[in-house]
Amino acid sequence: MLKIEDITKTYKTGTFGGKDLKAVKNVSFDIHDGEIVSLIGESGSGKSTIGKMILRLISTTSGKIYFNDKDVSLLKDSELKEYYRHVQGVFQDPFSTYNPIFKADRIFSVLHEEFFPHIPASEWKGRVDTALKSVGMNPAHVLNKFPHQLSGGQLQRFLIARALLLDTKFLVADEIISMLDASTRIDVLNLLSDLRSKGLSVLFITHDLSLGYYISERAVILYKGSVVEIGETKKIFDNPVHPYTRMLMSCVPRLDKKWQDVEVELTEKKPMTANGCVFYERCHSEYKLDECAHQSPALVEVEPNHSVACVCCKG
Amino acid sequence: MSLKIENLTIYYQTIAGNVRALEDASFSLADGEIMGVAGESGCGKSTLSNSLIYLHAPMKYIRGRVFLDGEELPIHDTQKMNPFRYKKISVIPQYAMNAMNPTKKIGRMVEDLLKSRGENYKEILPEVKNRLELVKLSPDVLNMYPFELSGGMKQRMVMVISTLLDPSLLLADEVTSALDVSSQKAVAEMLVGFRDKKIVKSIMLITHDISILYQTANTIMVMYAGQLAEKASTETIIKAPRHPYTKLLISSLPTVGVRISENRLAGIPGNPPLLLNPPTGCRFRDRCPVAFAKCAEVPPFVEIEKGHFLACWKEGKAHA
Repeated sequence: MLKIEDITKTYKTGTFGGKDLKAVKNVSFDIHDGEIVSLIGESGSGKSTIGKMILRLISTTSGKIYFNDKDVSLLKDSELKEYYRHVQGVFQDPFSTYNPIFKADRIFSVLHEEFFPHIPASEWKGRVDTALKSVGMNPAHVLNKFPHQLSGGQLQRFLIARALLLDTKFLVADEIISMLDASTRIDVLNLLSDLRSKGLSVLFITHDLSLGYYISERAVILYKGSVVEIGETKKIFDNPVHPYTRMLMSCVPRLDKKWQDVEVELTEKKPMTANGCVFYERCHSEYKLDECAHQSPALVEVEPNHSVACVCCKG
Repeated sequence: MSLKIENLTIYYQTIAGNVRALEDASFSLADGEIMGVAGESGCGKSTLSNSLIYLHAPMKYIRGRVFLDGEELPIHDTQKMNPFRYKKISVIPQYAMNAMNPTKKIGRMVEDLLKSRGENYKEILPEVKNRLELVKLSPDVLNMYPFELSGGMKQRMVMVISTLLDPSLLLADEVTSALDVSSQKAVAEMLVGFRDKKIVKSIMLITHDISILYQTANTIMVMYAGQLAEKASTETIIKAPRHPYTKLLISSLPTVGVRISENRLAGIPGNPPLLLNPPTGCRFRDRCPVAFAKCAEVPPFVEIEKGHFLACWKEGKAHA
């Protein structure tokens, strides 16, 4: 459905834009119909940049993004509008998404005017109600209110409902549940999973590995703009190979094991192998080589559907 | 007994009336105990911590007493609290990342702060450097401005500042929530280190992230809608909770190893009540799967086993 080929994003930084910052470096992966792929990384790893490039909120410096075999960067006017009919994004902070002067449900009426002017108001109202019910909200309780009268979870679900009103096939979900409470979090995750079974594909951007593990079939681990490990979620988690992934795993606070035990376990499980590399400075792997400083490692398949970019996997 | 709180009740004054954010909280904290306070937003956990250090409008003191190391804290009197603040009881605020003065070098700011508490910066400086080493910061940061530090570094710097005068009780409000998993772990482990080195006697760690508490806290207290629900050792709360709310909360947490295709977790249906005009009795009643008639009365927060406190008519009855 969505194919990302070798995309790179360079930001200009410094007072006069004299310095370059490579936020995303030669990233390629694809997302199939009805699949949830997690994009996992720490702050500054470029995960949100990738999401924004897919949504065309920012341009790519090089590389291509294809949606159903069409190059996204070449879309213009009506084609672009058609693209947004199918590809939508929901972002981390629901509070800053709304204009506080208007009622929160204005997002629905704007959508109506813009995308479905031919649908009569009464029918549209029915659609809004259905969409709200499908995200687990009672329309009578939440419509006709200002953003400050609704909770973060409600606002966030509003945005998902908005994405559903369009004929959305692909959703970029950028840290959508980090602002939600534990008890509502799981509802939003389950909702995404239910929508997937109806054919929706999701790029689930998160820094929380346990959430990624819960929901996605495949995961992409990103460090400083480069993909370091990609593959089936279960394989990556059961057998993390890249030193960076291993470090992440050892830091995730878990409910079943204490940090000390996880560290011991990871040291016992030797990584298969690692190379020249974005993770060079923080890498403490025994496989760290001098060449790691110069040569960036390519993704190597370590087992079917599980690839790693580390010198440890070369031989 | 480091901290002892009896019937602490704090309301927020609003035009519409009192918001009953904290109702009759009674609990205690042992020396060397790291107690995690968990609950959803709006459950009163931050109110609890803020009221202990700086009780200000619109917060309103209704009743209750607080004892720290046997001495009563005059929490309702802002002036009289001054000798206790920073020296006996200190806080790492929720906004720690933005807590430092952006226009001053960090060292200069620490100097001003110490002066305001009648302490001499020069005398304390060597200790400041020791502490910086503890949190793996270079002494050079004292000559830097806050914007030169990353989020995790700022958080650690504020930890050092907050604990400089060896307070008996440290209130840490959501200290790890804005950090990446790797800095989260570092900060959490440093907090435990502060306790182990006896820099602080006990810590109240407030967070909505229960998995962080499992890694660091000795005991966990769960709050719901301004009332205490359950307090017990970390292992008990995670592995064998008794309060229906705690049970639902724990079972709704995704953790590594749980996948939706194999084990679909359920959330807690419904929403917490508004505290402006909360329901009488147990406030979890409407969402509780085992509620019965008795729940119309407020359940007492009683010790059902040694160190295990519970406020539930159903679960507590068998042990009463």
